[in-house]
Amino acid sequence: MPDGSPLLRVEHLRKVYATTTGEVEAIGDLSFTMSHGELVCIVGPSGCGKTTLLKCLAGLLRPTSGRMEMDGAPVTGPSPAMAVVFQEYGRSLYPWLTVRGNVELPLRHKKLSRAVRDRIVTDAIEAVGLPQATLSHPWQLSGGMQQRVAIARAIAYQPEVLIMDEPFAAVDAQTRAELEDLVRLLHLTRGISTVFVTHDIDESVYLGQRVLVLSNSPTRVQEDLVIDLPSERDQLTTRALPRFTELRTHIYGQIQRARRGPAAAPRSAP
Amino acid sequence: MNTRPAGPVARAAANFLFALGLPFLTVVLWGIWSTASTSRFFVGPLTILDAFRQIWIGPAFVDDVLPSLYRLALGIVASIVLGVAAGVTIGRFRRLRETLEPLLEFFRAIPPPVLIPVAMLLLGITDTMKVVVIVSGAIWPILLNTIEGVRATDSVMVETADSFQIPSWERLWLLVLPAASPRIMTGVRQALSVALILMVISEMFASSSGLGYRIAYFQRNYLIAEMWSGILLLGLIGVSLAVLFGLAERRVLRWYHGMKEITRA
Repeated sequence: MPDGSPLLRVEHLRKVYATTTGEVEAIGDLSFTMSHGELVCIVGPSGCGKTTLLKCLAGLLRPTSGRMEMDGAPVTGPSPAMAVVFQEYGRSLYPWLTVRGNVELPLRHKKLSRAVRDRIVTDAIEAVGLPQATLSHPWQLSGGMQQRVAIARAIAYQPEVLIMDEPFAAVDAQTRAELEDLVRLLHLTRGISTVFVTHDIDESVYLGQRVLVLSNSPTRVQEDLVIDLPSERDQLTTRALPRFTELRTHIYGQIQRARRGPAAAPRSAP
Repeated sequence: MNTRPAGPVARAAANFLFALGLPFLTVVLWGIWSTASTSRFFVGPLTILDAFRQIWIGPAFVDDVLPSLYRLALGIVASIVLGVAAGVTIGRFRRLRETLEPLLEFFRAIPPPVLIPVAMLLLGITDTMKVVVIVSGAIWPILLNTIEGVRATDSVMVETADSFQIPSWERLWLLVLPAASPRIMTGVRQALSVALILMVISEMFASSSGLGYRIAYFQRNYLIAEMWSGILLLGLIGVSLAVLFGLAERRVLRWYHGMKEITRA
């Protein structure tokens, strides 16, 4: 439902890990909001707590302090409104299940009739372009295809928001471009709100309607940037636009600044 | 090497003959040696085969072999059920595991045959006592391997189940047990040989039926060929167990072997 009403609200999120050598502040003070139907990319220097943020959003980690709201209700744990696509597809798919079994996994405990469940599963597998692989096991597929299975599983869960943690970091450039277009296509055709975490600046500009640039640890939002590129994008022409280059240069500069020192005051978009 | 491509049937036949070659050669050498030997304890293979046919194909099969196999089967099934159930429980709770592990290692280190007199006192000379003895030895490899397999469940797989809120019953069947299954099967394989040993020993101690009892009886009465035929039967049972296990394992772990083959290639 891409109607622009607020979907996800994060306020003063803070996460501190207690380790044997003392406390490590992974996330300092992080706030942002996201609307229904948005595709938001989160980009930041490596080791800036992107994965921590994402696990907090998904309810897999408890923040030390701060509030997270989903459709006005506080996030206290994993919720049916969110589905996660992990970076390590090889460890997230269950190798003893077939592709179909994996996609069906999160639906088994939902009270659905057999017919409805079958239809959702088939639809999700077709949406990621793998109808010929339903009876294969994940390890019989290439890395890119495995990540497609993980995406199918996430959309079959029918979440309000899809959370993707550097999902394409482990696949080759060609496959990566195809998967990026798949994410855009799913977002356009199904209007699934998506949070996409990446360390790749070009990827964030190409995919996102908005890009949140994170600072170095302790993490805060360094910049909240609207990507004013046309919504029809493709790998060749969009990446060749002068505006694309401007945006990526700007984000690159922000990340360099973030890496050098503590978070500067958020700047307005160029 | 051979330049002529051999057909798959011919190759399978060649493999089969090759596998049988060494056992066959051993039996022939043994036959020749036994005719040369003067020791009455060293009997030739033909005499043993003859005794085998006379003793085990007939009422002794019902009186001794079936009760033994029954106790063995019961002991193995009980070991698997109890070992996996306890192993899953202990493996899932870190505190429980850390508390129990030294104790379990200690129990495992006790050679189970020493428990036979104790079990006899407590349970009498019954089938239950023999099954308990089998379980007391065969459960350990299954239990400890299951604990380890459950403990080592991949963290991302667990997070996946968490994020999709998979309920605990489904999590057991779809995540915990399959993830631990390679280790569980390793444990079962070890348990099978332990169970066979304990089946024989428990019957040698105190029994009025069973393979172990029969073999000990022949031994004490200097029925040497008969004794050897019992040992031969034990060997055959052991091999059959291994074959059955191999079939079961191939079914249960098909995904695991397939995955390993692909990562190796």
